[in-house]
Amino acid sequence: MKLGVFSGLVVLVLLAIGMAFPWTKTMLIIGLCYGLSALGVAIPARSGQVSFGHAMFACVAAYAVAFLARAFPQMDGVVLIVLATLTGTLFATVLGSFVVRYRGIFFGMLNLAVSMVIVALLGKLYELSGGTDGIRVQRPEFWGLVTERSEFETMLLFISCCIALLAGWFYQRFTQSATGEALGGLKSNETRLEYLGISAHHILWVGYAWSGFFVSLGGAIFALAQGLVTPEMGAWTRSGELVFIMILGGSSHALGPFVGAGVFQAVKLFASAYMAGVWQMLLGFTLLAVIALAPEGIMGAWLAYRSKSVKGARP
Amino acid sequence: MNFDTLLLGVADGISYAGLLFLVSLGLTLIFGVLGVLNIAHGSLYALGGYVAASLTALAMRHAFDSTPWLFLALVMAAMLVGLAMGLLLDVLLLRYFQKRDPVIQLLVTFAVFVIFEDVQKLIWGTSPYAAGEIVSRLGTVELFAVTYTVYQIMVIPGIALASYLGLNFFLKKTLWGKQTVALTHHREVAMAMGVNVKKIGALVFVLGAMLGALGGALAVPVSSLTPGMGAEMIVVSFTVVATAGLGQITGALITSLMIGLARSLAVYLLPEIDVAMPYIIMLLVLLLRPNGLFTVAQSRRI
Repeated sequence: MKLGVFSGLVVLVLLAIGMAFPWTKTMLIIGLCYGLSALGVAIPARSGQVSFGHAMFACVAAYAVAFLARAFPQMDGVVLIVLATLTGTLFATVLGSFVVRYRGIFFGMLNLAVSMVIVALLGKLYELSGGTDGIRVQRPEFWGLVTERSEFETMLLFISCCIALLAGWFYQRFTQSATGEALGGLKSNETRLEYLGISAHHILWVGYAWSGFFVSLGGAIFALAQGLVTPEMGAWTRSGELVFIMILGGSSHALGPFVGAGVFQAVKLFASAYMAGVWQMLLGFTLLAVIALAPEGIMGAWLAYRSKSVKGARP
Repeated sequence: MNFDTLLLGVADGISYAGLLFLVSLGLTLIFGVLGVLNIAHGSLYALGGYVAASLTALAMRHAFDSTPWLFLALVMAAMLVGLAMGLLLDVLLLRYFQKRDPVIQLLVTFAVFVIFEDVQKLIWGTSPYAAGEIVSRLGTVELFAVTYTVYQIMVIPGIALASYLGLNFFLKKTLWGKQTVALTHHREVAMAMGVNVKKIGALVFVLGAMLGALGGALAVPVSSLTPGMGAEMIVVSFTVVATAGLGQITGALITSLMIGLARSLAVYLLPEIDVAMPYIIMLLVLLLRPNGLFTVAQSRRI
């Protein structure tokens, strides 16, 4: 079975779960948001650069949703998502123009530093941003339909599923494009890439902008699903969680970050139900186990298993 | 802002810089051997603090409550935590995950960090801890019109400076120290020259971990311990290490002082951005000098 078809089936199953058990809807949407954002983190990671500040784009997009919804209460939900994602992407493009000059630790640290400044400012500028309490986001209309909470969540789940499918498809296309392949080349040998006449700078910048796009998309939907935005969304621990999810699921296929997000949410849910207070510990051990047993993540391990067991029979 | 406030800001800054330097020193030392920033260093800081608080309470209860004993409790806490955690990290990072990608090693330290965030909560709970006894014992000192505690203005910076000098002596004058420098230059060559890389690696991890824990232990008497303090400290000390240039010990000393002073003065001058101050400094420095303030040549890292 092709992975694309499989992803479509997974989405249908998610929708069915959301319909059958309404209490899972918010959780599913948030899981998809995490998956989208982790997909964004996976792009610079392909070039060997890990950012410990990428959650800032989710935070910027979420605040864009909040500000826009406050200024224009009549604005449609879909328009909110689009405009907020564009805001986050624009920010990533501007920031990327100088962050891509750095590699390794310095790349991670600069992202971290910018995200910390943003979080600090959002927490302190009380009149503008509501301080650490954040801003409430009023439930917007969707396509002119005024909806109740439950219907709104159904709509949002549906939209998130569609966006996640499109994003996954795009990620697959992107990684096979010239830019995507060059990003992999940047990881293995940057000098050789430059010799081929490809600007490593430019490649990483394009990748950075796209990664900002995916993270922003996740952040914008997250803001609508949660109905509240706080500076916490941009905290470095949140960025760490995104990297965590990306490693957990694996970045070799677009499904990876979503699988990672699913496992992440499941561990969190399980821990809050049975082992309240130690969910971080459980996550830490999960991460150690994945790193030790499946270096390419859950998805990578699965793909390797599949190509071994059905050699030659693959479509 | 008048002169007294300025003086108070400077005193705060020096005291904070002392703690920051101890933590950053351990971090930069471990970086030299591992090649990766150790996020679990934040746990060391927090654990050092919690164990110090418990040991102080224990000492007080069993009548070892003279000032030297209380001080010993702080140092002992750092030693214990450093030894235990340093060896644990050494086994994890240099034995099991040594051949992995730096990104993966970084994530291993992240995993250790999140695990210990919960370990702290399980053992010491979420209510704040404090152990201020030693500060009041040591009394205060008058700086012009400002009264400041001896502990903060003398003890913390004193220990920080002593650690700096001690580490320099160790690295430059002793055999193990020279072997450490060789190891950070080039692991394989050092091994070929007969350096026991495993032993030196473990030694450096324990030493670095002790410095991180010492920072935490010295912080307990002047601040209360709450969950999340490790996370805050690790990020600021990352900033120090990256601003100074990776593996730069003297650079870390100067940068700690710079960031410590900037932050505490910002509390009085620009309270909106005091928390963001270290990051703003780092951004400015890295824009002008992409490899940090004090990086000279690529080959020498410690």
